[in-house]
Amino acid sequence: MHPPEIELNELDGIIERHKNGKWELIPLLQDVQATYGYIPPESITPIAEALNLYPSQVQGVVTFYSGFSLKPKGKYVCRVCRGTACHVKGSRSILRLMKRELELEEGETSPDYRFTLETVACLGACFLAPTMMINRDYFGKLSPTKLSSVLGEYRQKGNNKNG
Amino acid sequence: MDKLSSIGQLEWFRSRILFRKEKGIIEVHVCMTGCRAYGAAGVLEALNQEVKSQGLSKQVEIRSTGCHGFCAKAPVIAIEPMGIQYQEVEPDDAGDIVMKTLKENRMIDRLAYHAPKTFQPVFYRNQIPFYAKQERRVLANCGRIDPTNIEHYIAAGGYRALIKALSNMGPEQVIDEVQAAKLRGRGGAGFPTGLKWKFASQSEGRPKYVVCNADEGDPGAFMDRAILEGDPHAVVEGMLLGAYAMGSEYGFIYVREEYPIAIDHLNIAIAQAEELGLLGENILGTGFNFNLSLRLGAGAFVCGEETALMASIEGRRGMPRARPPFPAQAGIDGKPTNINNVETWANVPLIVNNGAGWYGEVGTENSKGTKIFSLAGKVNNTGLVEVPIGTTVKDVIFNIGGGIPKGRQFKAVQMGGPAGGCVPAQFLNLSIDYDTVQSIGAIMGSGGMVVLDENNCMVEIARFFLSFTQSESCGKCAPCRLGTTQLLEILTRITRGEGRMEDIDTIRELGQTLTEASLCGLGQACPKPALSTLRYFINEYEDHIKEHRCAGAVCDSMVISACQHACPAGIDVPNYVAAIADGEYEKSVEIIRERNPFPAVCGRICIHPCEYKCRRGELDQAVAIRALKRMASDWYFKNIGPQRNPFPVNKKEKIAIVGAGPAGLTCAYFLVKMGYKTTVYEAQSVAGGMLGIAVPEFRLPRPVIEEEIQYIKIVVLKSCTTHRLMPNTHSTTYSTRDTVPFLLPPVPRPASTSVYPAKTKTSQEFTTALIF
Repeated sequence: MHPPEIELNELDGIIERHKNGKWELIPLLQDVQATYGYIPPESITPIAEALNLYPSQVQGVVTFYSGFSLKPKGKYVCRVCRGTACHVKGSRSILRLMKRELELEEGETSPDYRFTLETVACLGACFLAPTMMINRDYFGKLSPTKLSSVLGEYRQKGNNKNG
Repeated sequence: MDKLSSIGQLEWFRSRILFRKEKGIIEVHVCMTGCRAYGAAGVLEALNQEVKSQGLSKQVEIRSTGCHGFCAKAPVIAIEPMGIQYQEVEPDDAGDIVMKTLKENRMIDRLAYHAPKTFQPVFYRNQIPFYAKQERRVLANCGRIDPTNIEHYIAAGGYRALIKALSNMGPEQVIDEVQAAKLRGRGGAGFPTGLKWKFASQSEGRPKYVVCNADEGDPGAFMDRAILEGDPHAVVEGMLLGAYAMGSEYGFIYVREEYPIAIDHLNIAIAQAEELGLLGENILGTGFNFNLSLRLGAGAFVCGEETALMASIEGRRGMPRARPPFPAQAGIDGKPTNINNVETWANVPLIVNNGAGWYGEVGTENSKGTKIFSLAGKVNNTGLVEVPIGTTVKDVIFNIGGGIPKGRQFKAVQMGGPAGGCVPAQFLNLSIDYDTVQSIGAIMGSGGMVVLDENNCMVEIARFFLSFTQSESCGKCAPCRLGTTQLLEILTRITRGEGRMEDIDTIRELGQTLTEASLCGLGQACPKPALSTLRYFINEYEDHIKEHRCAGAVCDSMVISACQHACPAGIDVPNYVAAIADGEYEKSVEIIRERNPFPAVCGRICIHPCEYKCRRGELDQAVAIRALKRMASDWYFKNIGPQRNPFPVNKKEKIAIVGAGPAGLTCAYFLVKMGYKTTVYEAQSVAGGMLGIAVPEFRLPRPVIEEEIQYIKIVVLKSCTTHRLMPNTHSTTYSTRDTVPFLLPPVPRPASTSVYPAKTKTSQEFTTALIF
């Protein structure tokens, strides 16, 4: 299956918003990522031209920060916290379970672009360890049962929206 | 809202808010930050509906606030002004809360905190031990005000410090006050804030920048997040004061993108402050200009380092550079820049408002004030804790934190994240301040405290931190780039059971090199977790290397299963539990007997270390291994009984065992199984030893012991006999030439036994059941 089609003409608007500010490269890239879910590689040249940079500089920034991705991600990005508190409370098992449930390895996206599995250094929700985040929602004190019910909900959601 | 054009107008604005506030209103504070992950939004909605439907809209205000601190019991709500706190509230409880507590002033038992030992309900927040020992200064507003409403902050006395500074104090005076308060950087390094400000203020060059470092990347730390989410204006006011003191016009808050709520609240706070004229041009008509904007991090831990952070603000790769020049001389855009941590900024209004004298009332000689710690890991009361600097580790973990869950043993507390080290149990009375903690090889750091218990492997923890720093190393300087990779490789090797003894020295040497040669703090501090665990837990490293044992039963390659690894008898727990799951009880008892001939006894009185180590127990509850064993063995004796064919004897050596206690009988069982002819001598009239004599009947019924002994007697029948042996007999009966004696003297009094034959007094020939 192909990733969802994207409309590159929104890019001009984003570039326009940031073109004249100072030090706008990272905020611009963040906007692009928020709009498309990733940084389309074909957007790098126009961004570089608008900000008067070399494409290599833009590429360098994109690849330096783990927050930017050059590959499209799934509709639901699951980020399993691998911080210290989660680690000592068994997030290894949670990650293992997630891999099994979603049949994905870390950093992979499912072929139907529904789920992406990632790990994150710390979500700052250590009191709820072990935790994970799906898009902008936190799920804490995970156990195998809770994990499958949360994933079940998201699977259901995806199904409903796809008809 | 019109802009406030003078200091007087702000005071007037405050009085107007306070005047309009209706008296006698009950406020219900629902944490809508941390607790949101646990369904606080549903609780808030349900409360709102209940209040409306029960007609209390005029008397009750439901307020969404920041973190209450007691995150372990999320979602938490507080009812003010009574000071009631309810925990683990669900939407269904809303009806009861409104009906009983708000209307009839009755308490609800099931929602209250319960004292751990007495199980008595505690309804009032200040009586809960978690809060009683804290000194909440920076967090005073957190959990009380609505962080998205500037009026709440102003009503609580907010921006008063700004008024005081703008009207009565010159910039130097503000710096002097901060310096006199001995405020030190809360981000971890502990550099005196006043001094830093002085450098920046003395620096030539325009414009000057002030930056708030909210790139809280340390795994295990979340206090900055709580402040930003619960009281963002405190940070804004602190930055305003700093900008005024240093003569700066522009400010940035660099916040991680992983904190969406903090970003929202900061955006709202900045917009509201701008609207009121507290940010922007000519603030309160005093001619002071300050513009503040947000910059979002993009997921790079190294950007918490100040020079990397500045590079990131400028839109470049976040790589650190060598210092000097320090940011105070040449920072963002080559201009003077001052960077402080969130918590440091939030302390500033308190100092300016109340004076350095008040501020220094708590703390130690060199580190004044309070520090917020985020308590996480293996501790009962996880959450945010604010205590005076100098409080002991024990106070924080046991008195406030409520100790270690599930009855496990405290092993160490990891402080300071990947740049810190661990504080082991012998330092529980250590006072937590910058210098003392540093002296034992850890750091106070930004305040993350991750508690570790006996089920954690210290080598694995060191490896975990190294894998983090290795992947977060920016790669600019060789010591860090290569050193972290090598260190990680060595530590991984040790956790795989492939380590060598010389690895320990290599870690020390490499660590030293990294500390001395790395460019920035990340590289300099990254060997600390490894070095500090080496310092206090060297035996764990040696166990891994020499014995291939992992005390915490964590390291996969040497631990087939944590339960089997933990079992002193090494019973194949996963297989017998699986057999029970399949209904094959006989098979499961056979598996247990491979290693231990007393399944029914151990099913009752074993201390079950397997359950303490059970991996499932990390997530919810351990598998009830002992109870399963008891069930299977009871089934066995009921349905099959102690019958079985005896083991054949095929070896010519004869063995004498003195003492028919559990150890002697086990010894006999396995020796006969190997084919030796064995004789057991016992001074008592019955076999069983301590099992029958010392363990009370209600713990271990006599028939159970008899059945087990019966079984052992049957299987070893032909070859094994028990002889009565009188104390004080210097017997030669068992010391014939072809007999090897095993002496298992009585457990409570091994020294008083006098049955040892004269010629067998060497240690190899004695086997003592238990050594006291």
